[in-house]
Amino acid sequence: MTGFCKVAWLVLRKDLRVESRSREMLFTTLFFAVSCVLVFSVVFVRGGQAVEGAAGGILWVVIAFSGTLALGRTFERERHHDALRGLLLAPVDHPALYVGKLLGVLLLLGVVEVVVVVMVAFLFGAPFFQHVWRLLTLLSLGTIGFASVGTLFSAMLVRTGNRAVLLPVLLFPVTIPVLMMGVVGTTALLQPEPDLAMARVGIGVLFFFDVVFVTLALWTFEALMAE
Amino acid sequence: MLTKRLFPVLTVVSLFLFVTAPIVIVRAPYESTMGLVQKIFYFHVPSWMAMFLSVFILGVASAIYLFRRTASADRLAVAAAEVAAVFGLMGLITGPLWGVKAWGVWWQWDARLTMAVILELILVAYLLLRQYGGPGSDRLAAGLGIAAMANVPILYMSTEIWRTVHPLTSVVPTLPAEFGLPLWWSAAGFIVLCLTLLSVRSRLEEQRASLERLYLALEED
Repeated sequence: MTGFCKVAWLVLRKDLRVESRSREMLFTTLFFAVSCVLVFSVVFVRGGQAVEGAAGGILWVVIAFSGTLALGRTFERERHHDALRGLLLAPVDHPALYVGKLLGVLLLLGVVEVVVVVMVAFLFGAPFFQHVWRLLTLLSLGTIGFASVGTLFSAMLVRTGNRAVLLPVLLFPVTIPVLMMGVVGTTALLQPEPDLAMARVGIGVLFFFDVVFVTLALWTFEALMAE
Repeated sequence: MLTKRLFPVLTVVSLFLFVTAPIVIVRAPYESTMGLVQKIFYFHVPSWMAMFLSVFILGVASAIYLFRRTASADRLAVAAAEVAAVFGLMGLITGPLWGVKAWGVWWQWDARLTMAVILELILVAYLLLRQYGGPGSDRLAAGLGIAAMANVPILYMSTEIWRTVHPLTSVVPTLPAEFGLPLWWSAAGFIVLCLTLLSVRSRLEEQRASLERLYLALEED
């Protein structure tokens, strides 16, 4: 277990170090997310006012789009100089590589979501901060579910020519339940009379999806990555 | 070899069941509230049964291929995904045709209908991946096939877990005999048709793989 955590930490640290030098993924993903929110804020307007009830859906659509962008480049650095083969040949638990990459994606999306939540709250008048902890829980669990599947698919598609197109084609059908429950739970919190029971249902279902997806990913990663 | 032997038998049996099914369905009584419209039930439910069977075969074959690299399992998985997508499409078409008369709306985003669309999307994504994914996509597709199979129990139980507009699953086992017989007759026809299509499609996939091997051998020479 210690070895597993150490390998995951080494992969995460490597990614953070590389990213800290260029900040390419962070800036491009952030800019894309901000652009998406602005486009939605222009489109979903009636009579100069934001459409009621749209904030929850918009938040999760932006997370899904910017997450797909980030996931598409998660394993991009390992494509060069046979780095991926080197990683897979290392005498370590391969699922630890997956966990390290997943943690990196989660950190990146976490930063993006902080900015997006503030923007959506401001532009759509959404009372996100009335139930901060529930919102944080929903966002965390939903992002884990989305990123866990995306990291797995991104890893498999790294050797494929059409990966930019195939990643969203594969990712969205499988993660629609996660996104839906995120929207359901978030929208329940944003109602004039917050539906806390529905928010709890959303949290419960997201937790279930996270357990299933992460378990499946850890179980199949080795077999999927073998050459 | 097994698929080659089974194909004529399955074809004859499915032809017999499909030719006789309309007779059995016509003889079934009308349902009290929906009348003639209810008889689409004898196509809608069996098409989903065939789809679930295909997805189950897809999941098992995908798991075998992923962990044992058995080529025949991969060919069966491809066949199962195509057949499942076709039967799923039939279910998604017959459902709204029935729903517009029974519920007054073509579609509702309730749990069962939504999950049915998601499952169909996963199958289409599987087929796109196999078609355009290039070398190595077979293993990712196998992972996707397992994910599709994982969806089926949740889809089946969706009407029990969430209150949906769709009739409960318990309706089928509790049907009176006069409604049950045409349903199970149609279901038998659809399932045998499903197995027939699986056998011919996996045989086609086997021949395609053989042809590819021959082309490669020719190029090496």
